[in-house]
Amino acid sequence: MITVENLTKSFQGVSALNGVTLDVEAGTVLGVVGPSGAGKSTLARCVALLERPDSGAIRVDGTDITSLDGSALRAARRQIGVVPQGDSLLRQRTAAGNIALPLESAGIPGPQRRTRVGELLDLVGLTDKAASYPDQLSGGQRQRIAVARALAANPSVLLADEPTSALDPETTGSVLTVLDRARAELGVTVLIVTHDMGVVRKICDDVAVLEQGRVVEHGKVLDLVNDVASRTSSALLPAVDLNPINESSYDRVADVVLVGFAAVGALLPEAAHRFGVELNIVGGGLTRLGETPVARFRLGLNGERSDSALEWIGEAGGSVQRSLKGPQGVAA
Amino acid sequence: MRSATPWSDVVRFLVEATGETLYMVGVSTVIATVLGVPVGVWLQLTAKGGLRPNAAVHRILSFVTDLGRSMPFIVLLVALTSVTRLLVGGSIGSTAVIVPLAVGAIPFVGRLVQNILSEVHVTVVEAAITTGASTLRIVRSVLIRESLPALINAIGVTVIALIGYSAMAGVIGGGGLGDLAIREGYQRFNDRILWSTVAWLAVLTTVIQFGFTRVAAAADRRRHASV
Ligand SMILES: Nc1ncnc2c1ncn2[C@@H]1O[C@H](COP(=O)(O)OP(=O)(O)O)[C@@H](O)[C@H]1O
Ligand SMILES: [Mg+2]
Repeated sequence: MITVENLTKSFQGVSALNGVTLDVEAGTVLGVVGPSGAGKSTLARCVALLERPDSGAIRVDGTDITSLDGSALRAARRQIGVVPQGDSLLRQRTAAGNIALPLESAGIPGPQRRTRVGELLDLVGLTDKAASYPDQLSGGQRQRIAVARALAANPSVLLADEPTSALDPETTGSVLTVLDRARAELGVTVLIVTHDMGVVRKICDDVAVLEQGRVVEHGKVLDLVNDVASRTSSALLPAVDLNPINESSYDRVADVVLVGFAAVGALLPEAAHRFGVELNIVGGGLTRLGETPVARFRLGLNGERSDSALEWIGEAGGSVQRSLKGPQGVAA
Repeated sequence: MRSATPWSDVVRFLVEATGETLYMVGVSTVIATVLGVPVGVWLQLTAKGGLRPNAAVHRILSFVTDLGRSMPFIVLLVALTSVTRLLVGGSIGSTAVIVPLAVGAIPFVGRLVQNILSEVHVTVVEAAITTGASTLRIVRSVLIRESLPALINAIGVTVIALIGYSAMAGVIGGGGLGDLAIREGYQRFNDRILWSTVAWLAVLTTVIQFGFTRVAAAADRRRHASV
């Protein structure tokens, strides 16, 4: 569990973090997104104890780590696994040797070290590359080794700064899978800095949007997508108005967001049936956030009870984003 | 005209002088490495962006290092006479030359080492920091181990430079190949000795250079592991 409270940091008078407050629940994945220069890396570096904030607190499992020194600082660093931005492996060490580094720092004896390195190679699916040197690995493999190294000393928290920015989409998938496994199998709390909303789409439970050193949006991804005004929803949901429709052929036109198998699969036919209305999907589409199917549809309705049908959809768990045609504020 | 020195004598001269040169250069290289590497590490640790940045210490250390490097060796050789006498009990001979050679080479090695260590990427160093490694461990396992091939080459460069400096050893009776070329060859118009020594020096430095390159390549794990 990570709690960041009112964190500020400036470099030579230029403010990089301007009162950042956010938290990451134990065992969840937070994506920190935002434009270049927003302060994402500075935030990650503060949590990684590579940068000391000017003010504010960073708590990992309840303990403030911002003012530690000496061996307490090194011990805290061991609690926080870090996948740094860019190439960070020792080129003169094998993959296994790189993963062993945190274990050496922690003073773990050789035989135990080897066992643990074996487990981690297995976790990231690179057992056959144990004896390979970084120069002999692909970018994605190197990044998975970096993740394995970050996890070696059993940290409760994992930080990754742009772990996929240099990778092609397919390789990105393999790295994200590894991060997701870390959360699922080891229960670590993960904070990923990324400018790629695809990363948020695939593995993040929560998202925090940073702009000019401030958190401008923070919440659960599945909650934020229901809010049409949120940056997260516009970045993650399918666009609705790609195909111009003939609105005059419907009594009501509205956008709905549906989250989850049940909602996506059954809500609309049920509404049409209950209220005896004609209900057509005229725009939008279906996507997946993690394992959850999420739809944003533009609906065209015909029938006397169209408003009631929309209202019912809202009550049954869909969010009716706006009524494009007909009385405003119909629902949700 | 006197007759040319017999080849057997030339070889005898060369063998003896080579022994003196290797002794002077070898011992002073070891000393310069043992003392110069820590200087280089210290320079890099205290540099801006280093593991223990400290502008004041860095500036003083840099100043002393650069002063040492800019000192002409011949000046060092005579200036250190009393220090040498104190350390080795005399100020004449091969052993006496080791002191100024080592002293001159320490700042040379220090700067080379610092430059090499500064090439280790900051992300690699920071990654090690985040593992909770101590500064000592990072210096050993990251800075030095990652640059080992370059460091070995730097020691090779130092050896070659010291062979050059040791040519002036004759001034205080240190002998060696340079002295042979100058005193027996050049000053006595003995072309056979002069050019034999020049040729032998060329061979010797080439072989030494080659040897260091090979050892450095062997220390470079990146290259010779199979995929
Ligand atoms: N070490 C530093 N020295 C000076 N300015 C810095 C430093 N690190 C970051 N900054 C500045 O802080 C701001 C935020 O940078 P950063 O956290 O790297 O943003 P992001 O990762 O979101 O692109 C930028 O204006 C950047 O120039
Ligand atoms: Mg960044």
